[in-house]
Amino acid sequence: MNTRARVPGALLVPALAAALISLVPLWYLFDTATSRGLGAVIDELWRQRTLLLIWRSLALTVAVTVSAVVIGTFCAWTVVMSGMRLRLPMLVLFSLSLAIPSYLAAFAWVSWIPGINGFVGVFIVLTFVCYPYVMLPVAAAMRGVDPLHEDVARSLGRRSSAVFFSLTLGQVRSAMTGGALLVALYVLSDFGAVAAMRYEAFTWVIYGAYRAGFNPSRAAILSIVLVMLALALTVAEVSIRGRHAPNRLGGGTTRSRRRPSGGASPLVAGFISLVVIGLGVGVPVISVIAWLQRDSETTVRWSEVGTSILTSFQIGILTSVVAVLLALPVAIFAVRYKSSLSRSLERATYVSHALPGIVVGISVVFLGVHTLRPIYQHLPLLILGQVILFLPLAVASVRSAVEQSTVGVEEVARSLGSTPVMTILRVTLPLALPGILAAGAMTMLSAVKELPTTLLLRPTGTETLATSIWKYSSVSDYAAVAPFALALIVLAAAPVAVLTALSATASRTS
Amino acid sequence: MNRGIFMSLPLLSRHLRRTITALIAIIAVGALAACGGSSATESSDSVADTTGDQITLTVYSGRSEALVSELFAQFTAQTGIEISARYGDSGEMAALLLTEGRQTPADVFFSQDAGALGAVSDAELLATLPSALTELVSESFRSRTGTWVGTSGRARVVVYNPTLIDTPPTSIDDLLDPKWSGRIGFAPTNASWQSFVTALRVIRGEDAAREWLGSFAANKPVAYEKNGVVRDAVNAGEVALGLVNHYYLYEKIAAEGVDKVVAKNHFFTNGDVGGLINVAGVGVLASTRHEQAAHQFVQFLLSVKAQEYFANKTYEYPLVAGVPQYAELPSLSELNPPAIDLADLKSIEKTQELLSQTGLLTK
Repeated sequence: MNTRARVPGALLVPALAAALISLVPLWYLFDTATSRGLGAVIDELWRQRTLLLIWRSLALTVAVTVSAVVIGTFCAWTVVMSGMRLRLPMLVLFSLSLAIPSYLAAFAWVSWIPGINGFVGVFIVLTFVCYPYVMLPVAAAMRGVDPLHEDVARSLGRRSSAVFFSLTLGQVRSAMTGGALLVALYVLSDFGAVAAMRYEAFTWVIYGAYRAGFNPSRAAILSIVLVMLALALTVAEVSIRGRHAPNRLGGGTTRSRRRPSGGASPLVAGFISLVVIGLGVGVPVISVIAWLQRDSETTVRWSEVGTSILTSFQIGILTSVVAVLLALPVAIFAVRYKSSLSRSLERATYVSHALPGIVVGISVVFLGVHTLRPIYQHLPLLILGQVILFLPLAVASVRSAVEQSTVGVEEVARSLGSTPVMTILRVTLPLALPGILAAGAMTMLSAVKELPTTLLLRPTGTETLATSIWKYSSVSDYAAVAPFALALIVLAAAPVAVLTALSATASRTS
Repeated sequence: MNRGIFMSLPLLSRHLRRTITALIAIIAVGALAACGGSSATESSDSVADTTGDQITLTVYSGRSEALVSELFAQFTAQTGIEISARYGDSGEMAALLLTEGRQTPADVFFSQDAGALGAVSDAELLATLPSALTELVSESFRSRTGTWVGTSGRARVVVYNPTLIDTPPTSIDDLLDPKWSGRIGFAPTNASWQSFVTALRVIRGEDAAREWLGSFAANKPVAYEKNGVVRDAVNAGEVALGLVNHYYLYEKIAAEGVDKVVAKNHFFTNGDVGGLINVAGVGVLASTRHEQAAHQFVQFLLSVKAQEYFANKTYEYPLVAGVPQYAELPSLSELNPPAIDLADLKSIEKTQELLSQTGLLTK
């Protein structure tokens, strides 16, 4: 399609709106950060503790990202390329750790091994919470790799392992770096795990500035540092991923992959897989079940659990519907009408992704009391906060789906007289449907697990599963936490199942 | 960014696609309907509020729901005034109030500690309370500017295991004796421990506080997740003594029976900073439209009924004269706590920085 074509207003206006919404936190941050003058900004930044904590956060980010890429790629290989049996159940089990919020995983590990604190503890928890962000895209990319390349390389005398590392991994590189970026942003902004395990990361000073320093301007200044780090990571990712899309050799259809059978490698892979699943899903789930056996001061009313489930479900669905509706114009604009404007709008939606929940929450509070007073502490404002947090996940997923679908079909539609908007509705969107569903599942999953923004923005008296877990764990009543935690894992597992089903459909038809 | 996610997902079959679209539509409509339903009930509440038949007080509570919701229900039963309580961490509630400013929907701030009240009061968001209310409580346990008043008190103590030690230390400086090396438990992220260190900074100055913390760290104290865990470690003999609030021991005795608990509390009675008494307290927002009802709420928290509730349910010190405290406790006048303006406990961030530098925060 002609990239210089006039952009339909039906696309441009909502894309602009989505970008504007995403920039709410930045508006608040700059307003608050500069409230005491520029000198104060420099003073706050140039403190030894600030620099030390940036360093500690970066160390954690690099360590977790590297290990999540290794584990995520291994899992993707296991479910796509290995000769192991039961690959579909494996995929489901690997993906399940997405359903476990980092704070819950951290509580579980601490209650299982009380001494596990600091760097090592956080490193383990975040690695096992995050590796599916790498596994899912890499597995999808591996399915698209034409096995013919590998056959050619092997026929030229390369060993299988060399083929995998030099050829196959090269072809899925952009999926790996994309997943790695999501992991890195997640680690930078995480507070749940680092707080539960007492690793002093950069988010500590931001939370400290709000909750112990009662100093929103300092918190804002420090948050801008995180925004800068996020921008740097995003730029770095673009330069690392390369411009190479996987090519196919020859004409016709890609033949299906013949998987190796027998030998020692399935046994070894199976053993490692069990360890990964055990640490990622087994430890949290078993800990939560063990909490059920403890004595409780409160008897949890099941109606309370039921209400929380419904509220979490409602917030999750609304967030994912709104996020997907906003992500569509941004992604289609960015892919089909490439320009510096479309790129800027897309980047704008990523800015808030490295911000800790409390910062996004407080900035939406700021917006609420100043301009959206009628919906302050009502559901729509909470949904807005969640959408700001998770819009990048939706944009990324829709974008890749639109990129994958052929422009040719759209051109045919246009040549037959369809208007640009009708073409998007009748051709582009149906073709991108799997990616749109994945975007919905990913945002719903994240919204259901979210805690800090929900605590600040929820309507007074409203309890979600996450806030109920917080409520009881803050008084150390783990027996009361358990039913809410189990319900949260089960509820979050539903969108995970959608994601897995989408992956599995891909494997059957390709 | 991340264009690789869900790469190469194929077309779903036409039938499957229709089914999924229909499902999404049903779910979305259901969620929107549920949303409409809940906001309808909310708006009917607020209509009732503005007509004046029924006053609803919005309380931002840093004290947990498990602890105070029963008390709030008693207030409503007694006065007919509804309470809409928003629960959260005291510091987070203070941050929320500072961001909302005078636009806040809150009428009352009920805080777990004095520092958060001090911060909100400094931002001039709290109204001056009638002296008839504040004077119910001793000067040491209320705001010097009359903007908030303490509702219950908690003392820092040494909980010790008498099978391991005969005489517990009588001053925090005794804790630095090498004989306690590796035998002291504490909870580095606990708010009350950090309030104690803040008091140490305020009373002795930054340098002396840094020196004390450095020596304390050199004595290899054992870090635990929470005060309750410190108490259990002392009772089990893992460590000989622990720095906690006074009521943790009585909670354990009430839960497990007096014969199961060997640990004992030692109270500092010589004005030592280790015997800090911090308070939970309450203030009324300057922007409230329900000042009279808010004052009724403060009055209720200072009533004999509410004070007895704190004394019996949480073993905290009642702060209003004439209300009996839990029988095992020495009286407030015997305790002779260190002299400090509790509002000064708001500099917790500096405390955290100092704890971090001395290696005690994330130990």
